[in-house]
Amino acid sequence: MSTATTENTESGSTVGMPNEFLTFTLGDEEYGVDILKVQEIRGYDTVTKIPDAPDFIKGVINLRGTIVPVIDMRLKFRLGRAEYNEFTVMIILNVARRVVGMVVDGVSDVMQLTPEQIRPAPEFGSAVNARYITGLGALDERMLILVDIEKLMTAADMALMDAGSQALQ
Amino acid sequence: MSGIDLARFHQTFFDESAEGLDAMEASLLKLTPDSADAETINGIFRAAHSIKGGAATFGFAAVADFTHLLETLLDRLRAGTRAITPVDIDVLLRSVDVLRSLLDFARAGRVDDATLAEGLSAELRALLDGPASAGAEKTAPRADKPAAGWKIHFAPHAGLFASGNDPLRILRELQRLGECRVVATLDTLPALDDLVAETCYLAWDVELRAACDRDDVAEVFAWVEDECALAIEPLTTAGPVPAPPPASVAQAAPPANAGTAAPVRVDSGSIRVATEKIDNLVNLVGELVITQAMLQQLAGSLDPVQHERLFTGLSQLERNTRSIQEAVMATRMLPVDFVFSRFPRMVRDLAGKLGKQVRLVTSGEQTEIDKGVIERISDPLTHLVRNAIDHGIETPEARAEAGKETTGTMRLSASHQGGHIVVEVADDGRGLDRARILAKAAERGLSVSESMTDAEVWQLIFAPGFSTAAALTDVSGRGVGMDVVKKNIEALNGVVEVASETGRGMRVTIRLPLTLAILDGMSVAVGDQVFILPLGAVVESLQPLPEQVKRMAQQGTVVRVRNEYLPLVDLREWFGLPGTKAAPHESIVVIVEAESRKLALQIDDLVGQQQVVIKSLEANYRRVRGVSGATILGDGRVALIVDVSAVVRLFSQPLAA
Repeated sequence: MSTATTENTESGSTVGMPNEFLTFTLGDEEYGVDILKVQEIRGYDTVTKIPDAPDFIKGVINLRGTIVPVIDMRLKFRLGRAEYNEFTVMIILNVARRVVGMVVDGVSDVMQLTPEQIRPAPEFGSAVNARYITGLGALDERMLILVDIEKLMTAADMALMDAGSQALQ
Repeated sequence: MSGIDLARFHQTFFDESAEGLDAMEASLLKLTPDSADAETINGIFRAAHSIKGGAATFGFAAVADFTHLLETLLDRLRAGTRAITPVDIDVLLRSVDVLRSLLDFARAGRVDDATLAEGLSAELRALLDGPASAGAEKTAPRADKPAAGWKIHFAPHAGLFASGNDPLRILRELQRLGECRVVATLDTLPALDDLVAETCYLAWDVELRAACDRDDVAEVFAWVEDECALAIEPLTTAGPVPAPPPASVAQAAPPANAGTAAPVRVDSGSIRVATEKIDNLVNLVGELVITQAMLQQLAGSLDPVQHERLFTGLSQLERNTRSIQEAVMATRMLPVDFVFSRFPRMVRDLAGKLGKQVRLVTSGEQTEIDKGVIERISDPLTHLVRNAIDHGIETPEARAEAGKETTGTMRLSASHQGGHIVVEVADDGRGLDRARILAKAAERGLSVSESMTDAEVWQLIFAPGFSTAAALTDVSGRGVGMDVVKKNIEALNGVVEVASETGRGMRVTIRLPLTLAILDGMSVAVGDQVFILPLGAVVESLQPLPEQVKRMAQQGTVVRVRNEYLPLVDLREWFGLPGTKAAPHESIVVIVEAESRKLALQIDDLVGQQQVVIKSLEANYRRVRGVSGATILGDGRVALIVDVSAVVRLFSQPLAA
């Protein structure tokens, strides 16, 4: 029994590569993040602004008692029009043992990709720096840019963490 | 330092002993002669050892004596000078049971019942006296094949009690010699109406199965031989004597072994819970409070007449929520004694080392504070006490010269004042030396002047690396300290104040919030955002008149309040919030104070006063300058808590210089 299960998971994923992705759009591009990093999807709430924060950090929200920062990816990557209406959604991520909300243009669906469908990322001009792109997923006519969301969110320029806490003092 | 009341540590001792015994039992059960690993035996030994230590400290002699025997046996097993046998394990396990009973007796506050442990003590002694490894063969027969003993008939005269003798004690004494079978003779017992309580009507037949001399037995009766009919005969039959009717045994024997037969089973009055669990509970209650506030707010728009029952329910919910919150907070509270209790020893040692005479007086030990606060004030307090003894209190000679009592006094006190707890460390030593502090400060390049007030001068000792000690001692004087003390206390949202009188002593007052999880806050509005100011930092709020506000070149704006010019900080501007900047005299100004410095904060509106549950901003985000945390308002929105100390530090600096 247990052996069978182990084999199953092993065959389903290549070397540490996730195989289920939540896809979302930002501008004209479609992105995918590891579904296991996604905690939930919710509508955009009123946020409380935080002083001393870059413009793409919208502020913090109360997520069932936890204070969660919200980042607008459209502002971060200067894409789309950063409008807030009843259709604005945010993806609540669980990265590096932190909870972060991310506002995107729209959430599409959950996709399964086999290892064959994932190709290495070429050097090309996507909004997201190639450093955070793990590959390209091809599915029929669509092309998904697969993002290492954990690496992206913990990057220093996201200003989400006390990276150089010295500098803040 | 009169009388450290040990009784309050009893509960801890019992709890720990009970845990120790459980651990001993579990290890013993795992132990077999073939698999006696050193670690297991060590563990058992350690448990026994700490019970012994505790028992001796608290004066539970029976427990201590018995554990001592046990420990000796364990020590031999541990050292390997004795091979472990099944008999050993059996005796050890029974020892655990006896210890439990002894501890239960002690817990119930009864006098140690020595007889409880006697039988087993004898067995333990026998095991110890036996040859090192063959102990089992030597001692086992004791239990299985009782050696011939003595048959004793003991019929005291009716007036035995009058001479102060008690047959019960004699019977117990006999029991100590070995296994006893006691049968009471009730023949002379009169009807209840005729019974005279001071007369002894009973007689006993005892079968003692012990390989002791006749003299040993006779000695037991030494005090009463003139007052009784006594017959001591060798026991003839080795096998069990025809069993006497059990009923009569039960009637006669209870006094002799009541202790072992029915040990008092006391449930331990406390349990140890991981702090994490309590914190979780605190968080959940915080949620509950917020939800309750949300419902209350929603109900505000309803017609009270139409929804009367809903309103009744809501107010009940509010009461219950508050009770739960208080109860949960109380579980995190510990008496400050947990910190204070370490000082008597420290003061004694330090004073001895420095050749000083110091008397420590503590008060308010029962004042309760949040566990988190307790843990974090212990270091600062230790430092203050150390400083006071090293620098404050003079040597006996110097004190005598100054006309003071040769023994210096250190006072540690804790008390509740409003929503705060105040801890004071005071000494009657030489006090702070104003001139020396000023000189030192100047030497270190701090900006000082003779015109500074005493309070300002005293604050200098909190500067990093500041020390006035003439010589470095290994106790203190390296100048790492007071600044750390201050930092630690401020990290707890607390305040440190110093008062000193030359030649009379100094007093450091620490004011701390009761808990780290809840803050009394004043909510203020700036635009559509709400901020929380810690109520403790708020001095007053006012609407300044145009002439009270002055712009100063390069210094920003100041407000004149009661002849004091305070820097004015516009929260909107500082936090970069949208909205047009209003003129100060058209908005509201809140005067806040921290670190003995004042500041005026310009806001749009006062919203109200409320207790807020502090939430960490750093859990998912980073530290924000000027913000100490966040909280969730009744409507579910997040409000930031303003870190008044940080704001004051940033803005009042240019003016002070």
